[in-house]
Amino acid sequence: MTVSEQTHIGIPEIPDAPNPILRTLRMLWADKFAFVSAMFLVLVLLSAVLGPLLLEDIATKQNLRGRNMPPFDFSKDWQFWLGGDALGRPLLARIIVAAQNTVFVAAGAVFFSLTIGTSLGLVAGYTSKTMSQVIMRVADIIMSFPSLLLAVIVLFMLESSVFNLVVVLAITRIPVYLRTARAETLEVRERMFVQAAKVMGASTPRIVFRHILPVVFPTLVTIATLDFAFVMLAESSLSFLGIGIQPPEITWGLMVAQGRPYLTTAWWLSFWPGLAIILTTLSLNLLSHWMRTALDPAQRWRLENVRKKNG
Amino acid sequence: MDKRLLDVRNLSVDFHTSHGTVHAVRDVSWHLERGETLAILGESGSGKSVSASAILNLIDMPPGEITSGEILFEGEDLLQMSGERRRKLNGHRIAMIFQDPLSHLNPVYSIGFQIAETMTAHGISKSETRARTIELLERVGIPEAATKVDAYPHQFSGGQRQRIMIAMALALKPDILIADEPTTALDVTVQAQILALLEELQEETGMGLLLITHDLGVVAEIADRVVVMNSGQIVETGTAHEVYHNPQHPYTQNLIAAVPGDGDLAEQVDASVQPILEISDLAKHYGGFVALEGASLTVLPGESVAIVGESGSGKSTLAKTLLRLEEATSGQALFEGKDLLSMSAKEMFDIRRDIQMVFQDPTQSLNPRMSIYDIISEAFVIHPNILPKKQWKARVCELLEQVGLKAEHIHRYPHQFSGGQRQRIAIARALALEPKLIICDEAVSALDVSIQAQVLALLTDLQAQLGLSYLFIAHDLPLVRDFAHRVIVMKRGKIVEQGPVEQIFEAPREDYTRNLIAASLSPDPAEQARRRRALRDMERHPA
Repeated sequence: MTVSEQTHIGIPEIPDAPNPILRTLRMLWADKFAFVSAMFLVLVLLSAVLGPLLLEDIATKQNLRGRNMPPFDFSKDWQFWLGGDALGRPLLARIIVAAQNTVFVAAGAVFFSLTIGTSLGLVAGYTSKTMSQVIMRVADIIMSFPSLLLAVIVLFMLESSVFNLVVVLAITRIPVYLRTARAETLEVRERMFVQAAKVMGASTPRIVFRHILPVVFPTLVTIATLDFAFVMLAESSLSFLGIGIQPPEITWGLMVAQGRPYLTTAWWLSFWPGLAIILTTLSLNLLSHWMRTALDPAQRWRLENVRKKNG
Repeated sequence: MDKRLLDVRNLSVDFHTSHGTVHAVRDVSWHLERGETLAILGESGSGKSVSASAILNLIDMPPGEITSGEILFEGEDLLQMSGERRRKLNGHRIAMIFQDPLSHLNPVYSIGFQIAETMTAHGISKSETRARTIELLERVGIPEAATKVDAYPHQFSGGQRQRIMIAMALALKPDILIADEPTTALDVTVQAQILALLEELQEETGMGLLLITHDLGVVAEIADRVVVMNSGQIVETGTAHEVYHNPQHPYTQNLIAAVPGDGDLAEQVDASVQPILEISDLAKHYGGFVALEGASLTVLPGESVAIVGESGSGKSTLAKTLLRLEEATSGQALFEGKDLLSMSAKEMFDIRRDIQMVFQDPTQSLNPRMSIYDIISEAFVIHPNILPKKQWKARVCELLEQVGLKAEHIHRYPHQFSGGQRQRIAIARALALEPKLIICDEAVSALDVSIQAQVLALLTDLQAQLGLSYLFIAHDLPLVRDFAHRVIVMKRGKIVEQGPVEQIFEAPREDYTRNLIAASLSPDPAEQARRRRALRDMERHPA
């Protein structure tokens, strides 16, 4: 059977699928919380990329007369609006500069643990029993170590650098994604649309990436956003122990830790970097909530209907 | 004015959704007397369950809202009652059983505990409840009730679970029993037993039985009066006999006409040609459990072969082993002379174009995250030599029109279609590969009767146009009668009888087949009464 010309006459012109990028932006605009979150995250990313280039000098310049300078003194330069730290360095500038290390460590650790954990989880869930057993036992071993202890041992033996920190944090978080991905895969693989794809002759990679992963993915992303905060805090505790990021390098977590002795006299030392962590995590959560809806065709109308009302 | 047991007057229920207000039930009135069986008949979305939910206060508010009407129970309006008082009535005076007993029994408690719970919740002492529970289980026909009382739900069969649900509902001797599709998930022979049990219990206790169903056969079997609903409104009421023989409303007329089982039988296909599929001695064992044994059958080109059997008869296992979704234990399946079961992965990949499958539940067999275009064109992605990419869209549109859908819906997602439309999409997907044989695994059993008829007509049309063969797996005998050329009856993994459709229905050789035919329900109350007598006779004097 071939497509005959006659059949075209009866068919009205079928529009192409709507442009996915435009559509995504519209849906983002429809959810104002997610939109603001996305804007905030863009700001954080910009700080991470440009901050150290532009503000490195300002952020490291000591000014002992301005030690623990209180915030909201608008007669000073802008970088002192959030106050100064124990060495009189401007907090606002330091937070902007610290964004780079913080985002790099957290995003790197989350990204690696997410990809590695998900891949292993899909393999464990979809392939043979032996393979699954091996992967799961390795995950059990990783999980049976307290993650902080593992990090301490590894970083004590290796040189403590930003890269090593990412690797260690990533390894300790892998089992979370692995177990979730495997559990979901085991369930989804028995669904009938997977069987239908097999009947059509779909290859294993196709079934895994086209049919199983899209169903599993939103759950994993939600975990990843929660994990983002966890990794930031874990990094700060390691830094506090002196095996994570070392001064003069800075991260938000380290800034919180450094401000701790002054909490009773100068709360702003810990408060502002802490607020940055909270806002970033909150934004990620709101955005992941939006993404869950946007990725699900059965839920998407919630975002698209609003658009129609506005337009 | 005398007090009716239950009197629903001018009831309207709205659901406020983001798509606007849905009038689920509009100005509906009916009543139920003591000792009477009233059936509410309707297809999915007709609002038949909503009015029953309103009686038991099961409607979520919001989004639901009862906009008008009253529900009088012995003359007292349930809707005006305090929540406390309604809870006392629910379960005690008005009880309910559901379609799927497995999801309504808690898997971590023994059934004895769950039945007793209803009684203790309404203030009967613990010592009394156990004896009463065992008594109830015996009454609903659970063997060895005294020991089984401590067993858990998974240890019972589907029919037994429904009996347990009935025992639970009857624990407090209710005045009204509401049964929402009580037999839909059960095999025909089990269905007949459950309906007989319900009828017996009603005669014993004199309760009013409100039966919600989509099945005209169930109505014919058990109902005294019937209320026919369509899109939230009552279109017809009357005795079961009147409504079947003299339907007034066009909707009821169509519904009765759509019931399968009295159409013309298909002409036999020319048997002199080479069969397209030849299965011999196919077997599948799961450890020690024999799911399929010694199955042999043939399918001719352009022929529809139906495999019927109850759950656990091995009919789905047969389909799965054929498609190599499960590996067969032994046997041979020649498709155009080549053995499907010993093929390499490469050969199997090529043959997949020729054999396709349509699954039972289209809601689950279509990936919810893919658009219709993606779902159908996936066939072309997997088998790239069928069609160049430029023609995909045109071909998908063509396929959609072929199965009776609109081509402009190509970018929609499965959830935006109704059940029947989804099954059409699944059929279009199967057709995309231009197969010679389509295996339909209960392909219409999840659909409403009128939709079933449409989908079957579509399959028959496609067969005439494209010369397809079907292996049609079903549990519903009347359905198969109008559609198949030949019928194969399976029981516990074995083929017990096979032959042309005429022979199976007019002159079945095996008791099991006779039983199956007798147990399937006729929509005609008079015919159904005759069948029931035949079934009783058969039980008393097995041939």
